[in-house]
Amino acid sequence: MSTALHTEKQTDTSPFRPRSPVREMQRQTVNMLVIALCVLCVLFVVGVLIYLIVYVLKQGIAYLNLDFFTKLPRPNGETGGGMGEAIQGTLILVGLAALIGVPLGLFTAIYLAEFGRGRFALAVRFLVDLLNGVPTIIFGLFAWVLIVIPQQTFSGLSGGVALGIIMIPIVARTAEDVLHLVPNELREASLALGATEAHTIVRVVLPAALNGIITGIVLAMARVAGETAPLLMTAFGTTFWSTDVTQPMDALTLRIYNFTLSPYPEQINQAFTGSFVLIMLIVLASFAVRWATGGFKRRF
Amino acid sequence: MPLTVQHLDAWYGSKQALYDINLSFEPKSVTALIGPSGCGKSTFVRCLNRMHEEIPGARVSGEVLVDGFNMYASTAKARYVRQYVGMVFQQSNVLPGRSIFDNVAIGPRLNGLASGSSLQELVERSLRRAALWDEVKDKLNAPATQLSGGQQQRLCIARAVANQPQIILMDEPCSALDPISTLQIEELIRQLSESFTIILVTHNMQQAGRTADRTVFFLNGRVIEEGVTSELFSHPRKKETEEYISGRFG
Repeated sequence: MSTALHTEKQTDTSPFRPRSPVREMQRQTVNMLVIALCVLCVLFVVGVLIYLIVYVLKQGIAYLNLDFFTKLPRPNGETGGGMGEAIQGTLILVGLAALIGVPLGLFTAIYLAEFGRGRFALAVRFLVDLLNGVPTIIFGLFAWVLIVIPQQTFSGLSGGVALGIIMIPIVARTAEDVLHLVPNELREASLALGATEAHTIVRVVLPAALNGIITGIVLAMARVAGETAPLLMTAFGTTFWSTDVTQPMDALTLRIYNFTLSPYPEQINQAFTGSFVLIMLIVLASFAVRWATGGFKRRF
Repeated sequence: MPLTVQHLDAWYGSKQALYDINLSFEPKSVTALIGPSGCGKSTFVRCLNRMHEEIPGARVSGEVLVDGFNMYASTAKARYVRQYVGMVFQQSNVLPGRSIFDNVAIGPRLNGLASGSSLQELVERSLRRAALWDEVKDKLNAPATQLSGGQQQRLCIARAVANQPQIILMDEPCSALDPISTLQIEELIRQLSESFTIILVTHNMQQAGRTADRTVFFLNGRVIEEGVTSELFSHPRKKETEEYISGRFG
């Protein structure tokens, strides 16, 4: 038996080379074009995003200081001041919204993922998707009719309710998707030991889905933090410190809207500052939740 | 604690999967269920701990008697049946968020069987019976997912044993394991049969030969033949049994 190494055959006749150089060129060109197209699109999107953030920052940087977070707006035409009450208001409103949206959304998701069978579940899922697509100003109208008119006052409560109802379908859909990802084997393991359905859901399924659910909740909160229209006729806005939810409450988006329409350049600049702070809040929330839940690592 | 199955039928929606099954299982024995894919042996076994009905649209009729009590009686609750009849699945399904100790303890905690120091003893006993204690005794609080495949399956066996059932169902417990782990678990099955009634679904006839006292041959949702394992394999009475055993199909 020969132990000599095999010598490589001449590459010209190798079966591993293209047979038709012309077709090969065509394929290479098409391949390059498609990749180039994808890269161009990505560059465009990233470029727009970066341009947006840089522009907003440039316009608003003058007012980005500690005062912005701690002081109230100055009277028209005066320099200085901040949006302290707007930031506080946004935090309170989003907190209120979460109190309403998270339990209702989560339990809807649990119903759809764990129990829902048959036509009723299909109808529920359809309605949830429908709600997801409704223009948010309508939720504002809903809260206006339900709370503002009977109470005869704008209030943070009505704003929180409007935002909360917006949150419900967002939380429900993301939570349901995550619950569906939990493998059935885990449920069977629990049921086969004699566990009740409630115990299986609470002690086995939910902990496995928790990372995804928390991410979904925080992202939903970030989304409603950026809503303006539903707050126009509910929370209405104010330029004073207030934690009273039965009275008008300010929000970052309301203040930005208000200041953008203003003829005073200081206020327009501050609108940009507010926009930048809002964007950063959302970015921070996204990063924080990913860090806290260990990225997208699934616990099963 | 004999287990008796009488006139058992099972459906997936409108499709019938089991036809008039009548079987008896002796206490503290190992019975193997063999047959080709889709013959209904897994469906049958899931009817014995009322897991079949968890599938949407699934239905069962007939009686399954344990010590004379029908687990399908209208007054019987599935949860209590499942504490009495434990199950080990094909793919080890250790609970991922929990430690080794918590995985074994979940059954007893759930059903109020033990707590405190008696729970610790129960967990240790169960892990010993699953031949896993020596390998995990120093890391009981480590996540269960850190164990190897064979170890995880033994952990599932310990978890089932800790729940103190009388009967343990095993649905192809070794099919996802390497040959050495398989032999370890087969040895375990023989030891466990001294305390439990074991019903083992397997597509591996040699495994049935190695572990089971009695064997039942399923085909197309029916019991074709059943008997003492050595008899069934050496002198099958039905033609289909003989053909399956000699590898002409399945």
